[in-house]
Amino acid sequence: MNIKRFRKELFSRSKLRAIIAIFVFLALWELGSRSNEWFGFTPPWIGHVPAPTAVLVAWYALLGDPGYWQSWYLSTLRVLAGFFAAMLIGIPLGLFMAVNKTFNGIVFPAFEILRPIPPLAWVPASIIFWPTQELSIAFVTFLGAFYTIVINVVGGAKSIDVRFFQSAQSMGSSQWDVFRRVVLPATLPSIVVGSAVGMGITWEVVVAAEMISGGGGGETGSGGGLGFFIWNSYVGGSYEQIVVGMISIGIAGFICSELLRKLGSFFTPWLKKR
Amino acid sequence: MNTITQNQSTATPNSVNPKQVGEIKVTNVGKTYGAAQFAKEVLKDCSFTIERNKLTVMIGPSGCGKSTLIRLLAGFEKPSSGTIEIDGKRITGPGRDRLVVFQESALFPWMSSYDNIMYGPKARSENTQQNRDQAEYLLEKVGLSAFREKYPPQLSGGMQRRAELARAMINNPDVMILDEPFRGLDCMSKELMWEYYSGLYEESHRTNFFVTTDIDEAIFLADRLLIMSNIPGQVRAAIEVDLPRPRRLAFVFDNDRAIAVKMEALAILHQEAMKSFSGGSKAAADFVEAYSKRSGGNGSAGSKKPE
Repeated sequence: MNIKRFRKELFSRSKLRAIIAIFVFLALWELGSRSNEWFGFTPPWIGHVPAPTAVLVAWYALLGDPGYWQSWYLSTLRVLAGFFAAMLIGIPLGLFMAVNKTFNGIVFPAFEILRPIPPLAWVPASIIFWPTQELSIAFVTFLGAFYTIVINVVGGAKSIDVRFFQSAQSMGSSQWDVFRRVVLPATLPSIVVGSAVGMGITWEVVVAAEMISGGGGGETGSGGGLGFFIWNSYVGGSYEQIVVGMISIGIAGFICSELLRKLGSFFTPWLKKR
Repeated sequence: MNTITQNQSTATPNSVNPKQVGEIKVTNVGKTYGAAQFAKEVLKDCSFTIERNKLTVMIGPSGCGKSTLIRLLAGFEKPSSGTIEIDGKRITGPGRDRLVVFQESALFPWMSSYDNIMYGPKARSENTQQNRDQAEYLLEKVGLSAFREKYPPQLSGGMQRRAELARAMINNPDVMILDEPFRGLDCMSKELMWEYYSGLYEESHRTNFFVTTDIDEAIFLADRLLIMSNIPGQVRAAIEVDLPRPRRLAFVFDNDRAIAVKMEALAILHQEAMKSFSGGSKAAADFVEAYSKRSGGNGSAGSKKPE
């Protein structure tokens, strides 16, 4: 019964289509990469990319390498440090900006001037600002998530239906009570959205920051984070490892987003139950 | 426990001993939005009384300032001129003696039905056993016991309105103010809600002020019917709807007195609606002229009673 259902699920039309698409993609990639040794000519672009099977082999070899896992660990650490700092500062700041007009009037202009500066433009300045490389990378990832979180929190808190405040007020709510039981839960969905987008940006930013700053790693290149891992593989001419690094970042970003989504729907149970 | 027995005793119709509170006096109230040449006068010299322990229904053309009036009564906004008093006290801000049930639902979507109903008591740090029992009693009363843990988006439109009525009632306000609460419901659930709501009213005879644009709804529910003029809003007429209670749909819509009241109200509303048309464009004026010719010619329902 269960197996039948599983099989039905697995071979449902849309699933089947997805699986076929992935295999065709991999097959074309393999064909393109190997056409030099198989057919004697190199097609543009794809001909210079290592074949998926070669990537798999390289990846398999790396699984036992502590340096590779160290890269995962370091990048994740930097992303989380920047991300949580952005949440910790961005959410209260955004809420306060939405609630207090005077504060908003003071802070918003400066915020809007700084916001269009891409986080990566901060890399050199950040290296000068902060005493350690680690801190400067974390700062850049912080910036990546910070603006998105603040903008979303402000927008979410400002768009709360005025009737919610009116009902709460006439039922005898104090200001603190309105904040705790109306403003916070009403803003929560926007906080979740802002965080999810912010998380995506931190992964983009951390990789670039590690490449530019040298990742703070030693001479060997191990321990520089996934961004540095890719850069180092490029410098060392190990093209398979470049692809391994790229896919690793994709996986890491996916896991983080997925966890965040799960956490978000745990905190906003009323949204999914329609 | 105490509250429950109290409520059950009031549950028998016509054996009522309601709180003698909730008389609202509106005197020469005006409300203008914007300044100088952009000013828009929504209410002008508006005076009327919401009588104690009666269900007063206000009906008027759309955009006549009914919602503005409700915001003033609730204390969310202040009148530009004139005074509003409840039981002799000036209204200066929102208070739990006057609770508003809003158009569509203003239930908090992030709280279960039960938590929504308990919002008021918790806000005032009155999370007592008595209030919790009262919440359960009200859930039962509005037929939502099985839905106590559901979130508002999981409830049907009618259920949401009933949950909102319960959320207001637990605070035991002196006056309930309802701003087109059944708007947007389908025809069937709307009529069911009328019977349901008037049943709730008949049990408590709490002072109720109900605003609507639906003439059938108004006549079915009202003890007293106030008819608003066009903008700037004023009360044009007050009609006592002396139909017996409890009210039932079949009875009310097959009753000569009800039909007479409806005709009387429609005649006034019709005049007001015409005014708003002729105040507008040339095309609207032509339409009004054509309409009045036609209805004058064959005497259609709308113009049977010109005055």
